[in-house]
Amino acid sequence: MSARNRELFGLIPASLLVTGGFTAVLLTRVSNVHNVTLTYGAIFLGCCLFAHLFIRWRLPNADPYLFPLTAVLASIGLVELYRIEESFAIKQAGWFALGIVFFCLTIVFLRDYRVLERYRYTIAAGSIGLLLLPRLAGQATNGAYLAIHIGSFSFQPAEFAKIGVIIFLASYLRDVREVLVQGRLPRISLKHMGPLLVIWGASMVMLIFIRDLGSSLMFFGGFLALLYVATGRLSLVAAGAGMFYLGAWFLTNHISHVHSRVEIWQHPFQPDLVEGKGYQIAQGLFAQADGGLLGSGFSQSLLYLPGGHSILPAPHTDLIYAVIVNELGLFGAVALLLTYLLFVRRGFKAALVSGDGFGKLLAAGLTAVFALQVFVIVGGVTKVIPLTGVTLPFISYGGSSIIANFVLLALLLIVSDAGRQRPELRGGVVP
Amino acid sequence: MNDKIRNLFVLVIVLFGALIFATSWWTVDELGAKGLKDNTHNRRQLLEQMQHPRGLILAADGTVLASNKRAGSGETKRYYRRYPQQGLFSHAVGYYFVSKGSAGLEKEYDDQLAGRENEFASTIDQLLGHRQEGEDIRTTLDVKGQRVALQALAGRRGAVVALEPSTGRVRVMASVPGYNPNRITAKGGIGAGASTLNRATQGRYPPGSTFKVVTASAAVDSGRYTPNSFISGKSPKVISGVALNNFGGENFGAISLTDALTHSVNTVFGEIGEKLGRATLRKYMVRFGFQRKPPLDYPRNEMVASGAFPIKGCGSGIDFGRVAIGQECHLFATPLQMAEVAATVANGGVRMKPQLVERVVAKDGRVKQSFRPKEAATVMSRQSAAAVGQMMQHVVEEGTGTAARLAGASVAGKTGTAEIPGTSENQVWFIGYAPADKPRMAVAVTIERSQGEGGTVAAPVAKQVLETLLGKAATESG
Repeated sequence: MSARNRELFGLIPASLLVTGGFTAVLLTRVSNVHNVTLTYGAIFLGCCLFAHLFIRWRLPNADPYLFPLTAVLASIGLVELYRIEESFAIKQAGWFALGIVFFCLTIVFLRDYRVLERYRYTIAAGSIGLLLLPRLAGQATNGAYLAIHIGSFSFQPAEFAKIGVIIFLASYLRDVREVLVQGRLPRISLKHMGPLLVIWGASMVMLIFIRDLGSSLMFFGGFLALLYVATGRLSLVAAGAGMFYLGAWFLTNHISHVHSRVEIWQHPFQPDLVEGKGYQIAQGLFAQADGGLLGSGFSQSLLYLPGGHSILPAPHTDLIYAVIVNELGLFGAVALLLTYLLFVRRGFKAALVSGDGFGKLLAAGLTAVFALQVFVIVGGVTKVIPLTGVTLPFISYGGSSIIANFVLLALLLIVSDAGRQRPELRGGVVP
Repeated sequence: MNDKIRNLFVLVIVLFGALIFATSWWTVDELGAKGLKDNTHNRRQLLEQMQHPRGLILAADGTVLASNKRAGSGETKRYYRRYPQQGLFSHAVGYYFVSKGSAGLEKEYDDQLAGRENEFASTIDQLLGHRQEGEDIRTTLDVKGQRVALQALAGRRGAVVALEPSTGRVRVMASVPGYNPNRITAKGGIGAGASTLNRATQGRYPPGSTFKVVTASAAVDSGRYTPNSFISGKSPKVISGVALNNFGGENFGAISLTDALTHSVNTVFGEIGEKLGRATLRKYMVRFGFQRKPPLDYPRNEMVASGAFPIKGCGSGIDFGRVAIGQECHLFATPLQMAEVAATVANGGVRMKPQLVERVVAKDGRVKQSFRPKEAATVMSRQSAAAVGQMMQHVVEEGTGTAARLAGASVAGKTGTAEIPGTSENQVWFIGYAPADKPRMAVAVTIERSQGEGGTVAAPVAKQVLETLLGKAATESG
């Protein structure tokens, strides 16, 4: 079977999830069934089919599993958002359509990803500018500067910046990796160590300015992953990790916002925290305990208090993983994490088959940062690390996140398409 | 670079493994989930219960005693308990509020009212799409009788219990001061002067002369005495080494057991108690239900056992000569227990298990549980019970209990006036049943700290309650 036909069949699980999930949610709301609600599912499936045809046309050799896995994740997100609040699902379906548009535009305008190398400093400057934007023009949410608000829209620049930073690092490291690999540590000049220090500094600045432990962990982790892939030198990675740890430790003790985040993480059930600052993480954990092994089923969990407020703060963004565990149980959550893991595996596969260093670093970096983003938010909700306001890719509500991750997906598919049509791989070696 | 990318993927697998482990930790009871569910700050289970209406609690005639008030709709829909009869059945019915817990029948029948079945059945039901539904409970309580009992107590601290002798069904359970269950959650609380203590099941009162019914039963049924046995009623008389007086120091000569009960002669019953001895008296007390909590379908922590117990500050030995007349420091009884004494005599010596709920009914009308009358113990022979009943009839006809006489039916009863040491006040009692020849209702009335006597204060209350419960027609024609 051709790669594209495999992709088409791969969309079946997503379409079943969407129809099954929406039906389940609808059944629990016998009182107000709107036929309209089914159209959001139809829009979603239409988008999927369109994207598939587009890939068939423009990237015929691209990895056949990445897009269907994305569709599965997005369908779970859409159903859960519909369950949380109908208006979220309507808007998310719109964002999904817009994400597909950006996905197609990326593929159309970026026929050869190597073009990106030429603009690396512009992209780097733009990314840092994006990261600092919320601090300059935005308002803090729970003490962190993550979004800027334009009218009724809020825009999360970090989602786009993460792609820009990875593009820059991939192209920069491809240039200097020979030096970093061969040179002995003391001989590596400041010129070559420069980016390491700059990125470390940038992460620290982000911590100070954006005040968000999670996103700086994501950026710096992505950087270390790329450094490791480019040089293979664990000593550099260890040095970098040590510097990050030192910086984080210093900031934890000197910035009250970061300090209180860590405090809440360690003792969410302390009487003075559980109804206040620790409420979000505590309620998230209570919801997961409620889910148990099999979960309560779509739309069956307790979500709303008598006053109409949600018992979980931010159930559609930060805590959507807790809602999923509540409704689909441990089994559903493990299935979700495995879906992400499969996505990561296919992302790394694209890096493995890529024929040039930039493509390898780009795909590996984007995949690593994607995996880290999942780890940061799910780890936060399950109390593995302090909870921070990062979205769960393709599932959490939000336009910036959806669009940025579709651009990320487009880049992975472009790298994959180029790699898999290399003549030396033709002949059935491609898995 | 490819081997590095593979290593990186291994690292991602490890990180995701940590996420799966953490999720398992919070969702599996044996790991961390149990602790989260039991956390006092976790209100999810209570909130989930509030999403379903509880079953109704109904009086014997179908009057709604507990219902639900709905607030909100859709996912924010919640049900709150409402008690349409306000404080009428406060103690018997109890209350149920998420923030305040539960009491009374609301607590005892919580599983049925909440519609909780065993886990297996409810899982099947869930799969079949059945909604969790509370079941209604139909009590044995009589609205009119209860209202009259409370009116007759007229705010005086005390309690009234009425039982059907042949079935054990509780028709009246009144306790003053009461409370309004709708105010349990109010900011100011249930208010000053209100009380959640159910004096009918938790009041530890000296039973006074009403206990002589127990002594008389033991005396006759043991074969040691007959209603016509003559015993000296002089006053004072030395009982257990200490002089005992009759009420008002009145001196009787040799007097029959029947007359002694009719006039409540202490020295006669003191002597009988001493002669029967602690073993015999105790045996009959246990048969009557003393010494342990009553087998009523009511929360065990809202009932106390009646009987003679070691009590600090009462001295070491229990004086059974004085237990026999119901005036002993170690001895106390609840109104429910004394109502059971009267009902047992009325029921030919067989004590029935007292019962507050007649049946549990599902929302579709199916009877889920039906409580048939159950014998708790055979206390004495039918003949002995008839003899004691005869003696009690004399009490009402010509003795201390004449105030309980009904127009159309003969009443059997016994008064009690227990002195409260160190005060001039009495714990006054009346226990009895009617009609004496074909008993249909037994009653116990007690009032705290009264200046009067059982015959003048408690007997009129019993009369009104019996009259109401038997119905005007029955008392006039019967």
